[in-house]
Amino acid sequence: MFVQNFFNALGLGALYGLIAVGYTMVYGILRLINFAHGDIFMLGAYFVFFATIQYKLPWALGVALAIGGATLCGLLVDRIAYRPLRGAPRISALISAIGVSFFLQNLGVVVFTGMPRAVIRPRELTNPLPIKDIIPLEFLQAGRIGEVRLIPLAIWVPVVSFLLVAVLLWIVYKTKPGLAMRAISRDIETTRLMGVSVDRVIALTFALGSALAAFAGIMWALRYPRVEPFMGVIPGFKAFIAAVFGGIGSIPGAMIGGLILGFVEIMSVAFFPHLSGYRDAFAFILLIFILLVKPTGLLGERMEEKI
Amino acid sequence: MQIVLDVQNLNIWYGGIHAVKGVSLSIEKGDIVTLIGANGAGKSSTIRAIAGLVKGYRGTIQYTDAGGTQVQLNNRPPEDMVRMGIALSPEGRRILPHLTVEENLRLGAYSRKDKAETASDMEYVYNLFPRLRERRGQKGGTLSGGEQQMLAVGRALMSRPDLLMLDEPSLGLAPKLVGEVFGIIREINRQGKTILLVEQNALAALSIANKAYVLEVGATAVSGTGEELLQDPRVRDAYLGA
Ligand SMILES: Nc1ncnc2c1ncn2[C@@H]1O[C@H](COP(=O)(O)OP(=O)(O)O)[C@@H](O)[C@H]1O
Ligand SMILES: [Mg+2]
Repeated sequence: MFVQNFFNALGLGALYGLIAVGYTMVYGILRLINFAHGDIFMLGAYFVFFATIQYKLPWALGVALAIGGATLCGLLVDRIAYRPLRGAPRISALISAIGVSFFLQNLGVVVFTGMPRAVIRPRELTNPLPIKDIIPLEFLQAGRIGEVRLIPLAIWVPVVSFLLVAVLLWIVYKTKPGLAMRAISRDIETTRLMGVSVDRVIALTFALGSALAAFAGIMWALRYPRVEPFMGVIPGFKAFIAAVFGGIGSIPGAMIGGLILGFVEIMSVAFFPHLSGYRDAFAFILLIFILLVKPTGLLGERMEEKI
Repeated sequence: MQIVLDVQNLNIWYGGIHAVKGVSLSIEKGDIVTLIGANGAGKSSTIRAIAGLVKGYRGTIQYTDAGGTQVQLNNRPPEDMVRMGIALSPEGRRILPHLTVEENLRLGAYSRKDKAETASDMEYVYNLFPRLRERRGQKGGTLSGGEQQMLAVGRALMSRPDLLMLDEPSLGLAPKLVGEVFGIIREINRQGKTILLVEQNALAALSIANKAYVLEVGATAVSGTGEELLQDPRVRDAYLGA
């Protein structure tokens, strides 16, 4: 049981983390909470649903198309809803973000219908792993682990998530556009003075965040095998909490925040099943707790207000 | 001599405030031109307009690039200026405190694609400011004021500009460091760069300038060679405390 819960929590936490990374990057650069981020996650899930289940494309191709499509949507959101407001007071962009989020959800209802749809999962991802053949049962019993039932998906989700975040960290800390991103997060004007086309770097940030959210949406659709237009709301909210918890602006912080949230959620329900109704409340308790104890989050630095 | 930059009748407003009222100036290739004046005279506004950071000004700013092509700078974004060979080291240094010295310098070279040449310019900057080499892995925010100023100048040099603009490089520096920084400015000029230097420290600026403009409440009050202005009674009274 514990092993199953562990992988469950790891997977859920990694997905929260993947979404949280997008919130934290956009916030770090624009001081904007991109409320539409959870809806890009939803679009990623729908796109993969249509590509593979409706149009019967191979999964690899469907995933690629879904990520490409959702990334394009993320770029459009920036271009249409945020870029024209770059010089405006921050509250304008925030209101625009909320508007875009409602728009995408309702567009989802109109285009995809509000009805949840089942995702048929590829068998290779759901056939239980032959754990007994790999690890002798006596071992498991000796470790008081008992019988374990794991599907490959439970392993793939965290592994792929961590790989993606590793790639992202490499981009941010080792490449030229990454250098520009880190510079913009402190001082947009000076960064422009260095010859950086700031709007292009911001677009890249949205593209990366959207691609990760789409990936998370796809894996989410495989885990709970269904899609619906409001599926991005709660995960989006929790991922945002994870980003704040980890220290908004920090990519490793977002991932750690997501993992902690995943573990708190799964383990609290596992150990206190009668509290399972409060599952969603744990995220908020965690948020209030960190805001009281360390308002900048676990790995957050103090962010000076921009003048 | 060839005119690198020609500003005609520059007017800048901030809301209702008419901050720069018809400033004209021209810079010849290879010169050090200085713009001096009291706090609030409009020096930074002028230099920032040239760099593309001020929107909606009136007047013309004409630039002649290294190849001899004349370009109108009005309404171009700052990243274009860098590509055309104009770099600004802004007032207050504005180095990025959370990036290392080397990353700050790499940022200065952002618009360049010539890797080998960029690396050799990095060497050049480190030779100009050996203390930056010692601190290359250190975060910019941990440097002293003087070192940060050197980093700001070095970073501007990393784009390999033809016209280097410096906004108050002596701001907040101890007198001994001011001398050092001005010595380096002169050295950079000797190696062929045209320099536009904005300063409140009039004496230091006039001593190294070929040409100088005095700005008073948004307008050009006096201009001449550095030598002439050092002798000018009005300038001596108002800015040199003599
Ligand atoms: N961004 C701005 N918004 C409003 N007023 C400004 C702004 N920048 C400069 N000013 C005003 O314009 C005038 C000239 O300022 P500035 O160009 O910074 O002068 P200097 O560099 O000579 O000290 C000052 O009165 C200043 O208050
Ligand atoms: Mg100034």
